This record gives sequence, C-alpha cells and structure tokens, in this order.
Amino acid sequence: MPDGMQTKTARTGTAMLEIADLHGFYGESHVLHGVSLEVRQGEVVTLLGRNGAGKTSTMRAIMGIMGKRTGSIRFQGTELIGMAQHRIPRLGIGYVPEERGIFSSLSVDENLTLPPVVKEGGMTVPQIHDLFPNLKGRGSTQGTRLSGGEQQMLAIARILRTGATLILLDEPTEGLAPVIIEQIGVAVRALKARGFTIVLVEQNFRFAATIADRHYVMEEGHVVDMIPNDQLHANMDKLHTYLGV
Amino acid sequence: MFQLLGIPPQALFGQLLLGLINGSFYALLSLGLAVIFGMLNVVNMAHGALYMVGAFVAWLLLTYLGVGYWGALVLAPLAVGAVGLVLERTMLRRLYKVDHLYGLLLTFGLALIFEGAFRHQYGVSGQPYPIPDLLKGGTNLGFMYLPTYRGWVVATSLLVCFGTWFAIERTKLGAYLRAATENPTLVQAFGINVPVMVSLTYGFGVALAGLAGVLAAPIYQVSPLMGSNLIIVVFAVVVIGGMGSILGAIVTGLGLGLLEGLTKVFYPEASNIVVFVIMAVVLMVKPAGLFGRER
Amino acid sequence: MTMQTQALRRTGVEAGSRRALLIGGGLLLALAAPFLLYPVFLMKVLCFALFACAFNLLIGFAGLLSFGHAAFFGGAAYVTAHVVKEWGWAPEFGLLAATVVAAGLGLVFGLIAIRRQGIYFAMITLALSQMVFFLALQLPFTHGEDGIQGVPRGTLFGLFDLGQPLTMYYTVLAIFVAGFALIWRTVHSPFGQVLKAIRENEPRAVSLGYRTDRYKLVAFVLSASLAGLAGGTKALVFQLASLTDVTWQMSGEVVLMTLLGGMGTLFGPVVGAGLVVTLESYLASTSLPVPVVIGCIFVVCVLVFRRGIVGELLARLPGKGNR
Repeated sequence: MPDGMQTKTARTGTAMLEIADLHGFYGESHVLHGVSLEVRQGEVVTLLGRNGAGKTSTMRAIMGIMGKRTGSIRFQGTELIGMAQHRIPRLGIGYVPEERGIFSSLSVDENLTLPPVVKEGGMTVPQIHDLFPNLKGRGSTQGTRLSGGEQQMLAIARILRTGATLILLDEPTEGLAPVIIEQIGVAVRALKARGFTIVLVEQNFRFAATIADRHYVMEEGHVVDMIPNDQLHANMDKLHTYLGV
Repeated sequence: MFQLLGIPPQALFGQLLLGLINGSFYALLSLGLAVIFGMLNVVNMAHGALYMVGAFVAWLLLTYLGVGYWGALVLAPLAVGAVGLVLERTMLRRLYKVDHLYGLLLTFGLALIFEGAFRHQYGVSGQPYPIPDLLKGGTNLGFMYLPTYRGWVVATSLLVCFGTWFAIERTKLGAYLRAATENPTLVQAFGINVPVMVSLTYGFGVALAGLAGVLAAPIYQVSPLMGSNLIIVVFAVVVIGGMGSILGAIVTGLGLGLLEGLTKVFYPEASNIVVFVIMAVVLMVKPAGLFGRER
Repeated sequence: MTMQTQALRRTGVEAGSRRALLIGGGLLLALAAPFLLYPVFLMKVLCFALFACAFNLLIGFAGLLSFGHAAFFGGAAYVTAHVVKEWGWAPEFGLLAATVVAAGLGLVFGLIAIRRQGIYFAMITLALSQMVFFLALQLPFTHGEDGIQGVPRGTLFGLFDLGQPLTMYYTVLAIFVAGFALIWRTVHSPFGQVLKAIRENEPRAVSLGYRTDRYKLVAFVLSASLAGLAGGTKALVFQLASLTDVTWQMSGEVVLMTLLGGMGTLFGPVVGAGLVVTLESYLASTSLPVPVVIGCIFVVCVLVFRRGIVGELLARLPGKGNR
C-alpha cells in the first residue's frame, strides 16, 4: 500500500469506511483475496480494474450480498461482517447496483419511494427532481419503460431520499450515451458538493477522473495500487498497464 | 313459466349461483397460491389441507369453546396463518436454495400429515356447522331464490379478493411485495427484512385459505378431505389464469366457477372435468396462461 | 498419470463386477423369495417397483416431475381388468392392452404438459390425472366406487395357469426384470445421454441442435407405458382395479418411493418401493394413521435426505461406479 495515503488520512480526518483484509466467496469460489481500502467522509473514491477484478464483489461484500466474508468492513466504526443483511443499509449506506435494479412491476414514483428512509437529512422529492429533471412528471410510468439513462438516474435518485451518507455506485455510466454520461457526472458532482461520500466502480476512468479524489486499482480480488486524482496523469502509463487499455 | 334454452330459469340461476360460490372459493384459494408462488416460488400443495384446517378450527372453536361464526371468521385465519408462519420458518425456508420442486414435495408431505391426522381423529364423515343466525333465510329475487349465507360468501370473497388486489397493487406495502417478488436481494439491500416478508407472505396466503375454510364450513360439511380434491381444481385454475398474476387468479377463479355451474346445467356429466379440459385447451393456445407472463 | 488411469480402470472394472454381483445376487434372492415371504406381498412390491422405476425414468433422467403417474398406473389397471374380465382376453393381451392404452394416454398428457417446465409440468400432469380420476369415477365400465372386482388371472400364453401363486409370481418377476432391463438400456443408450443433457441444461441441449421436446415426449410415453404395464400387472395380481390406484395420492406415493430410494439412481426406486410397501403393510396392522407416517417420511426426505438411500450409499462408496 502506498504510504501517501496514510499521511493524507491523518491530514483530512476520519475514515468513514475501512476495509481490511477482506476475503469473499460465492459458494466454493473465492473472489476477494484480501481487499484493504479506506474511504473518508466526503470523498469520492473509485475502484478501477478489469472485468472480474473484484470491484462489484467488493460492493456486494459491503452490502452483505455474498455467501461468506472474512476480514473486516467497518462503517463509521461499526463492523459490518456478521451483521444481518437488512441492517447494513439502515446504517446509512445506499447501493446502486450495476444492473440498476429498476422494478418493472413498480411505477417510477413507487421505485423512487421504495427504499425506506433510514436517517434524517435525505433529499426531498422536489430536490431530487431538480437534480434529475428527466424524472419529473414521469411518476406513473412503469419503471422499466424509462430509457437506460433515466433508469440510472432513478436508481441513484431513490437512494438520495433515504438519508444514506455513503453511496455505492456500480458503473453508473455503463452503456450510456456521452450526453447522458455528462448528466450523470453533473449529478454526482452535485452530490459530492452536498457532502455525500461516494464509492464508484468505473471502467471509464476518463469519467472517473472528472469527479474522483482517489482511485483504487484492483486486480485478481485485491487492491494493487492507489492513485490520488491529482497524480493520475503522471501515472497514466501504469494505469494503462493495469487496465489493459 | 318461461324457459331459457330449454332450462327453467330457477335451475339455471340456481346452478349459476352454486358456480359463483365455487368460483369464490377458487378465487380465494388461487389468490393465496398466486401470492405465495410469486414470493416463494413454492407451489403450496398444503393449501387445500390448510383450507380444511381453517374449517376445522371454526368447528372446534364452536364445539369446545363456544366461539361462534364471527369469532371464528377472525380467529381461524389467524390460527392457520400462524401455522403457516411456523411451517415457513422451520421447513420451507431450508428449501429456497434447491430446486423449486422440493417445495412442492414438502408441502405435499405436509398435506398428507394434516389430512391424515384429522382423518385419524375425526373420521371421514363430515361435521355439520350451523349458519349464523344473522345470515339465515334468504331473498326471493323473482328469477331465483338467494339464500342470505350464499350471498354473504360471494360478497365477502369478492371483498377480500379485491382488497388483497388493492393492497398489493396500490399500497406501499404492496410495492415492497412486488419489488421483493422481482428482486429480493436488492430489496434486502435497501434495508428491508425480506425473510420476514417472505414468512408473512406465506402466513397471509394460507390465512386466506383458512378464511375460505371458515366461509365454506356452513355450506359444505367440515370434513378432513374437503380440501383434497378442491385443491387440484384450484391448481388447474392457477395454470389457466397464469401463475403469479393476482388479478388473473381472481378473475379466472370466478369465471371457471360460473362455467362449471353452466356445465352442470347443460351437460352435468362433464362438470367435474370441464376445468381440466379448459386447462388443456388454454395450454395449447397460450402456454403461459390467460393472464400470465412466461418466466 | 498411467497409474491413475490404471487405478481408474480397475475401479471401473470393480464397479462393473460389483454391479454384476449385485444383480446376480438380487435375482437369486428374487427367485428364492416366494419360499420365504408371501408371494402376494412380493408381487405388490414388484409392481410398485416397476411403477417407481418408470416414474424415475422421467424425474431422475429427464428432470421432469410428473405428479400424475397414477393416471397411467390406475388407468391401465382398469383396462386390463376390463378386457380380461368382460371380453375374456388372455392375460398377455390384457397386459398389452394396458401398456398400449397407457402409452396413448401418455402421448396426450405429454403433448400438453411438455409445453411447460418444472413446477408447471408437475401441476399440469396432476390436473390431467385428476381428469382421469373423474372419468374412472363416472364411466360405467369402471363401476365407480366398487371398481372392477373378481378379475380372472387366466392362463398365460395358454400354458401357465396364473391362478397358481408361484406361476403368477414368476410371471410378475419376469415382467419386472424385462421392464427394468428396458429402462437400463434406455438410460445407457445415446437417447438416455441426451435426456441427461436436457436435465442438466436444456438450453444448451437445444443449442446443440437437439429437439428436446421430442426427447422429453418419447421419455414421457415410455415412462407412461411402463407405469401402465405395472398397473395392469397389479390388476391381475390382486384381481382388482379400483379408484385407489388413480388418485393423486397414488401419484404422490410413487414420488415418495423414488425420493426415498434415490432419484436418478437405477436401484433407488426398487428399494424405495420395497420399503414403502413393507411399511404400509406393517402400519396396516397398527393403529398408526398411514398417511401421517408417509407424510412425515416425505417431509424428512425432502428436508435432510434428498439423495435417498441408494443415492446416499453411492455418494459414500469409494469409486462411485455408475449411477
């Protein structure tokens, strides 16, 4: 682990999420091999890496959607491993899965208001509509009739109501047109400005570079490097090797 | 006396009413099956047995505790629902990760146990259950005589069915249920305790069967085998309507009850099998069922 | 590597010779059995064993759970009973008629049910068999609740008097062995391999170019025919065809026999049928309610014993051999 991170942690204060030596399994297959990382309050951190590197699995491990986990995942000091799965989000963690998970049997409004409010200070529906104007006036539409980009916005929007302070965003730009990616980027920056802490899984590191503070690079189920965003350009060659672009 | 298609109207409407009553039971039972199937992916073979248990609880309450029909109407479904909760928590829960067929086999075994136990205790002959005083008598509608209790059964079933439909399709709780049917993992990741929802869903589904049992008690005799043949017709109803469709279950249940009644008028020999014939035809034309989506 | 291959081959040979030994021993036992136990009891076991093997051909090797096999078993029993008693057919033709009618019925059921999979398949077969139950209840020739009683056993091929218990027993044994051998051949044939492929992964079998519906239909008809043969034989043995054999509880019973013995194993259904029949005749002499006990076994099997007896044994045996 690069030691730059340690000093920076000391400088900007408390870690919101600390993962140490996390191993994860789906049935027999061992998918996470000792992931360690930290996310501080108010930070946007990306997980970069090739397909199968363990980025999504790390998120699922945080949410408890994984057969077996060992090691430690601490959120604001509370250990998540061993906690009942439905209690984890209630601590204030919102999850936006890669496949977006918009429910087809629910209307847009029902999708939006489905996740229960877990903490005070969540955004109101009008505030959410200001952030994602596309969702305004679509309330009674069937959730899955929205376009891919709108579904992504809805998937993010429904988490914002809940008062979650840490948001796990899994590949929000996947399969979307550049103009929509731009909109998502605006929204994520707005969320950062509002003080949300965000962990972002991205393949598209050009997008990631526009919003993230730091980047963790994952390979074969563990973190191999951490690159602060301001040193991203200096490390481009290394990153290309990691990502195989 | 005028006749319709060569049938005296009293006979025709009488059979239609019987059909409507059967249809009400089909609707209540297939609704419960559909709700359970949607959430648990379990074909609840014990549904007929639990309907019987509902009727027996009413009879036992009356015989041993002096609790009458109205009390039973509340207590019996609660009791059956509680049995359902226990069954789900202790047994069904272990089977969600294996082939869904095992859920069917387990509930089949449970049906045998319930029916066998009641049969052992109370024999095969039915026990009569009186119609509550308030619902005795009837009304002459001119074209037919409507016994009050039968009218009550149809009205109550319709109310419960559409109430359930409304609760599932139009309320927040229903939204949780629909969402969890689609993607339980994600709903859990929003902080909702899905395993508890699953238990409650099973409890609610079988409570509906228990309610149907109480409603049926004054019409049919309370007997250990009252659910065993009924449930197969209900399975056929569910296949015709399309599994997992709430409205489909209700509409198909009522419709097939009426159709069965009509068959009794025009071709009584076929009345027992008409539902199965329709099932075969529907499967040929629309394998997913009338209201179903392929899944 | 060579050591391993040799070892593998040796266990293969051992498994083969062990199996031959097992079959030989089993046959000897079956030949001697009527001198030790009641022939009628043994014949009942054999009839149900054939029924369960036929059922297992579907669930164990094609992954299709039929919950309506009583229609073939019980329906065929009526056919044999009727043609032998009312039309005076010879027993061999009575059994042939049972098999043919069951095959036809299986074709009709199969054409309808194979449109859906899994749970739906089970429910559809269940509903269709209930139709057969109502037909059996209502058609005049089945004599309703009484059933067809006093069916003469007749003389097989005009040579063997089936009225003799031993002759009847060896006939039933021969029928069982023939049926079992047919299932054995089917399972180990290329056809059986395709069925297993369908069970494991139907979309892949489709993408390999197999018309899986055809295969499933043939398996269904074969299974129905053998179930019918078992039912017809049972009608001769007990000289009776009754409603009991067409109820859905009977369909459930054959599921239990197969589950208890081991789905997808060749001998499992035989073991399961033997156990269930033994248990039922034992329970009949006690005051315990049979359905409750059977139901409990069902629940226990499903919850903790899904491989069944033979399946469990095979899983524990070194050098597992063939399933």
